[in-house]
Amino acid sequence: MAQESPNKESEQSNYNKSLGNAVQYLSFALGNEEYGVDILRVQEIRSWEPVSRIPNVPSYEKGVVNLRGAIVPIIDLRERFNFSRVEYTPLTVVVVLQAGDGNKTRIMGVVVDSVSDVINVDKTEIQSAPDFGTKVSNEFINGLVSVNERMVMLLDVDKLLKLEDLGSDEN
Amino acid sequence: MSIDMSQFHQVFFEECFEGLEAMESGLLTLDVGDVDSEVINTIFRAAHSIKGGSGTFGFTVVAEYTHIMETLLDEMRDGRRQVTQPAVNVLLGSVDCLREMLASIQNEQDVDEVSVAQHKAALEAVLNGVVSEVVVPVAAPKAINEAPKVQVAAAEVTVQEDDDAGEQGWKISFCPYLDLLKTGNDPVRLFRELNELGELTAIVNAQDVPKFYELDPEECNLSWDLKLIGNVSSDEIKEIFSWVEGDCELEIQPIAKPKVIKPGPVVEAVQVDVEIDEPIQVAVAEPENTPKPALDTKKDTEAESSKTAVKASSSIRVDTEKIDALINMVGEVVITQSMLGLVGENFTMDKVGQLKRGLAQLERHTRDLQQSVMNIRMLPISFVFSRFPRLVHDISSKLNKKITLKLVGENTEVDKAVVELINDPLVHLIRNSLDHGIEMPEERIAAGKPETGTIELKAYHRGGHIVIEIIDDGRGLNKDKLLAKALEKGLIDENIQLTEKQIYELIFMPGFSTAEQLTDISGRGVGMDVVRRNIQSLGGNIEIISELGKGTTIAIHLPLTLAILDGQSVAVGDEIYIVPLVSIVESINITEKMLNKVAGKGETFRLRGEYLPIIRMRGIFNVQSNNKPKTSEGVIVVVEGQGALCGFLVDELLGQQQVVIKSLEANYRRVEGVSGATILGDGSVALILDVPGLVRLSVR
Repeated sequence: MAQESPNKESEQSNYNKSLGNAVQYLSFALGNEEYGVDILRVQEIRSWEPVSRIPNVPSYEKGVVNLRGAIVPIIDLRERFNFSRVEYTPLTVVVVLQAGDGNKTRIMGVVVDSVSDVINVDKTEIQSAPDFGTKVSNEFINGLVSVNERMVMLLDVDKLLKLEDLGSDEN
Repeated sequence: MSIDMSQFHQVFFEECFEGLEAMESGLLTLDVGDVDSEVINTIFRAAHSIKGGSGTFGFTVVAEYTHIMETLLDEMRDGRRQVTQPAVNVLLGSVDCLREMLASIQNEQDVDEVSVAQHKAALEAVLNGVVSEVVVPVAAPKAINEAPKVQVAAAEVTVQEDDDAGEQGWKISFCPYLDLLKTGNDPVRLFRELNELGELTAIVNAQDVPKFYELDPEECNLSWDLKLIGNVSSDEIKEIFSWVEGDCELEIQPIAKPKVIKPGPVVEAVQVDVEIDEPIQVAVAEPENTPKPALDTKKDTEAESSKTAVKASSSIRVDTEKIDALINMVGEVVITQSMLGLVGENFTMDKVGQLKRGLAQLERHTRDLQQSVMNIRMLPISFVFSRFPRLVHDISSKLNKKITLKLVGENTEVDKAVVELINDPLVHLIRNSLDHGIEMPEERIAAGKPETGTIELKAYHRGGHIVIEIIDDGRGLNKDKLLAKALEKGLIDENIQLTEKQIYELIFMPGFSTAEQLTDISGRGVGMDVVRRNIQSLGGNIEIISELGKGTTIAIHLPLTLAILDGQSVAVGDEIYIVPLVSIVESINITEKMLNKVAGKGETFRLRGEYLPIIRMRGIFNVQSNNKPKTSEGVIVVVEGQGALCGFLVDELLGQQQVVIKSLEANYRRVEGVSGATILGDGSVALILDVPGLVRLSVR
């Protein structure tokens, strides 16, 4: 007991210290790369189910589904980021994200290969993203963070989902 | 201590607008010769509660204004004053003015002080008995602009004459210096004495009160705006304040005297006040404003008021009965659900009957529940109709026509969204009837009709639709004239024989007007096409029946609700789309040889001698499907969009059903050719086609 308590205390203080800067991210895989989104933006994770196609929109906008009465668009992140397309399997997941634009929030599902983990990130450890050679353009990426020697790219949910509006102008 | 009053503002404004409507309808029914005291009481009560409310919320401009109205109405109520038509007209004008004031306050805009001052002057003139001089603001706002000073000056003169016997009272701005209390004076005592002279209203300005820890209890940080109503002379008031002379800034003004033309010294005094008191600042701005030509036409006012209407009705008042019914239904559903739960717990085959009964019950309850919820959104159409007596009153007097408006079926209920959107088209149609439909009295007598024309506004339900009819007994539509005009404008081909209905439809064409003369009421030839487009965008249609010399009936069919739609599901490849049933004319099976290519691009198909353009749904929506690649056969759904017929080529008709409309834009965005989405029985999403949008899309 006597030995444990200082340990506990230090854990506690570590926890407290990190509390101010700690953010949790949900990480998921796209091909060999790993991405993260702010976990507070994640509404739910679902398995892939057939969507209703929307005519005359970019191919990465797969369509819409009925999510408990709400019509929610589904975006294929692989196609959005110009990865090669893969067949959807029962393991393909859809991460339903919330984006707030202005005072209105909208929800949208993104198709990813698989969900990996929930990672704790200290804000101070987030590096800004250099112009690196991934297929993702820099604008979606908030920063980089390394977790257990792996690099995770943190995505800006608002920008990611806002791009849909720009898409409508093209049409 | 400080309650956030702004949370009640919405309710206050709604109540005010309701009150104004009550006043308006009261004033319109007020028969000058034979005055019903109950009607005046109603008007008075409405004015009184607006005054009270605006005082509470600190909208002093409104409160002061309403006070004058109230005084006038009070005298009418007591029979001390004759109810005259000019006075009623001035009161009607004041109702408009109040509505504008409230609208600007609600939208956090500045109140149009010039117009307020004009209406105020007119009111006061009536109050002071100079009725004959009053230019009625409703009829000619410009005339007032030209001569506001004269009028106001007249009012001032009367005030001074009335000084001793003045009924209006005084406005006192009392702003004590910090050390007033130290001299042993108590403002409350002063007010008590004032109250003995007449009815006193005190509004305290507490902005200058320091934070609590800085507060010196011996200092007086307050100032007051007092209003003393009653037969009091200024000397009597000055006497009461004589004790505090030199310890305060004091300004006494008769209420009736508008500040607009106050000579220099008083303006100075007021400007001192400005630092302390914001409400006054609003009033002081007047002298700087040279009277600008406010309200060029009545149109501005109307545009504004319709804008507010949309804004104000963002909340909805629901009959408690409806809510009770809803709660009952929810109770039933819960009971059924728990019953089904019991059945399912230890399910054996012999419980199948019970299960079926339960499911049937659930279905019935769900349907009832849906209906109850829909009912909450239903408002009586009188929300729209109630504005028209005023409109008819104003326009008919402007046109020198005698017209009575008959309202039938005002309690017919319709969805709130429909109520909001139907107003403008109806206003337009009624203006048309007033202007073009009903003849001048002489003309009517010559035609052997009663001198007074009748416009009937009628609403009733028919098979899931609401029908609104505008029936006038005017001159009717002249078919020959319409045809000639259409030919002249090149809108139709000379050789085509049009049916009677098609001829009447011509008036919906853009740019079509047979009016010999443009008036500011109607006749520019824009409008009817807009009316039709608006009604179609609500999923309705409009038709005209007319008999030359007897009158015209315009019937508008609208869906009861915008949340549910009758749809025809069609299959295109593997996909299912919903076509709104209202836009479908007919559906026909076709074969390849019935199609004709036009210039190698478009396709047409012959329907009873008429060539209709065809839109291939597979093509326009890029449907890729190996399933049934038969272009040879399919179904043509003939739809009406943008006033023209057009055929949609689909694979198969599936069935008709009621669908609940869901917005695509809530989470996604607008998609061309699609008006919304719905959820099918199997939980999947189907898109609802936007017929006019698709027609547009196919042209590109």
